[in-house]
Amino acid sequence: MSTSPIPHPSVSDTDASLIFQPLSFNRTFFSRGMTGLAFVLSGLAILPLFSILFEVIKNGLPQLTLDTLTQLPAPAGMEGIPDGLGNCIIGTLMMVFLASLMSIPIGILAAIYLSEFGQGSAIGSGIRFLITVLSGVPSIVVGLFAYTVIVFTTKTFSGLAGSFALAIVMVPIITLSTLEALKLVPTAQRLASSALGANRFQTTFKIVVSSALPVITTGTLLAISRAIGETAPLIFTALFTINWPDGFFQPTPSLSVMIYNYAGSPFIEQNAMAWTGALVLVFIVLCINIFSRLVLAKTR
Amino acid sequence: MNADLSSSSSIPSTGVNPEQDISRKGNFLMDEGFVYITLGFAVIAAGLIFWMAAIITEKAWPAIQTFGIPFIWSTDWSVPAEKFGALPYIFGTLVTSGIALLLAVPIGISVALITSENFLPQWVRTPLGFIVELIAAIPSVIIGLWGIFVFIPVFLPVQQFLHQTLGWFPLFSSEPPGPGILVAGLILTVMILPTISSISRDVLRSVPVTLRSASMALGATRWETIFRVMLPAAASGIVGASILGLGRALGETMAVAMVIGNTKRITPSLLDSASTIPAVLANEFAESHEGLHLQSLMLLGVILFILTLVVNIAAVWIIQALSLKGRE
Repeated sequence: MSTSPIPHPSVSDTDASLIFQPLSFNRTFFSRGMTGLAFVLSGLAILPLFSILFEVIKNGLPQLTLDTLTQLPAPAGMEGIPDGLGNCIIGTLMMVFLASLMSIPIGILAAIYLSEFGQGSAIGSGIRFLITVLSGVPSIVVGLFAYTVIVFTTKTFSGLAGSFALAIVMVPIITLSTLEALKLVPTAQRLASSALGANRFQTTFKIVVSSALPVITTGTLLAISRAIGETAPLIFTALFTINWPDGFFQPTPSLSVMIYNYAGSPFIEQNAMAWTGALVLVFIVLCINIFSRLVLAKTR
Repeated sequence: MNADLSSSSSIPSTGVNPEQDISRKGNFLMDEGFVYITLGFAVIAAGLIFWMAAIITEKAWPAIQTFGIPFIWSTDWSVPAEKFGALPYIFGTLVTSGIALLLAVPIGISVALITSENFLPQWVRTPLGFIVELIAAIPSVIIGLWGIFVFIPVFLPVQQFLHQTLGWFPLFSSEPPGPGILVAGLILTVMILPTISSISRDVLRSVPVTLRSASMALGATRWETIFRVMLPAAASGIVGASILGLGRALGETMAVAMVIGNTKRITPSLLDSASTIPAVLANEFAESHEGLHLQSLMLLGVILFILTLVVNIAAVWIIQALSLKGRE
């Protein structure tokens, strides 16, 4: 490697042979060194994901049986009776279902206003700003809000309060992703629809929403997968129970809160059950995410 | 009513066709009415943030009246004595988020560069970016679980080594118990990395090719181009992404609550355990009784709300200013 310094340009102007000289040692060293550093740091960045997936499968899979998915949790320290997390799976599905019922109409209709009618207006951009800010509110603060609005007024921890908190987490995600989806529909299609005499309702639903539906669906699925994994809004709204969920007005178990409670438990069986819950949760969440991203990559 | 009108439409002479008339009325409802309905839902969605702010402030009000502004710098937190102060929790929140930001920005930029430059063929780059973004999809309670049972045991020897060799330095002056500030900071780094790297990558990709070509044509190497042209051109976007990441770190609850040790403490040592605002809310709220304890926890929530609001609004403004600039 040559270490000869590059002469000052004014001297070297005429010397064409300099063009063929290799880079100075310092510049080569800097280039190679930075490339190496960037690769090492990027390698560090993907290491945790692989470690998490590996550990979740390694520690979660041994206890995964049909009983685990369908039975109630065994009381701590008891042996010889079926141990499961069926109530947590049902509770999570119940609360996410109700949260979806509350948040999907609000999110999609709000996005329709922002994309179709409010674009460029002060109201439209103001509302969009507020919804973006809402998406950054920590989910634990959403939990405090749901506690005060529902748990405090009804005097009981309940699945309803959990669903309400999850719905508030979901609304901005659905609104912003639907907004992006609607923007992908060419304006010409809206104009053509109006020119044929369709009113705004018809144009919006028959032309715009129907052609953006795959992308809206994937955005909504991503919001649902986020809600399935949320813990902070549930720990003091839905709370937890080791029994089957009984309607929306009782404390309701969920996979995420079960993992939190059992991770800190002194019983090894409960720690193991937390890993199994994590396996179920990661499986659901990653399936939704990979599927959605493949669909999104195809449409863009 | 519909049948009435259509039967009367058999009268041919009037010029205005009643059937057409009713479809116009229907159109008006479907047209203007529909706009107002969607506007209503948009207002509901946007109004949530005001409703939330009002509700938690109202609930925290007695604590605000009791303690006033000194709540922020008071270090007491005693349930039996009914004395509450936020400083240890504000300290823990800021320090862990600061560590995360300090580490996640260089790593995030590295990932953004690797996935936007042509170091690697496209078929490696796309999955790489995808894998990093997938971390954001993992629920934080699972990252916390991994932190407790995998990361803390693996990282403990490193902490002990830091304490033994650099123990004279205040940052490493305490015997590491396992969970602690540094562990929480590292876990947060993992969690905010996807935010920073994916936005930075998009910004770097949108830097005009002509700028890069001009720099290369003048004889700059790839890394000289990156440092003197690409990164300065993308600077505001990267700053916006980092602030957004900071906002996420400040509000992150479960993973931090599981690995920070949950002790109320202000300490110079990064190896010590501590607590954060979200962590103390997760730990104490469900067991707190109506009264000053619950109201003080609510007030912590208000402080966290304001903190993240300021950070997020700053990020939104920076990124919006950037996208306006890009559109010109």
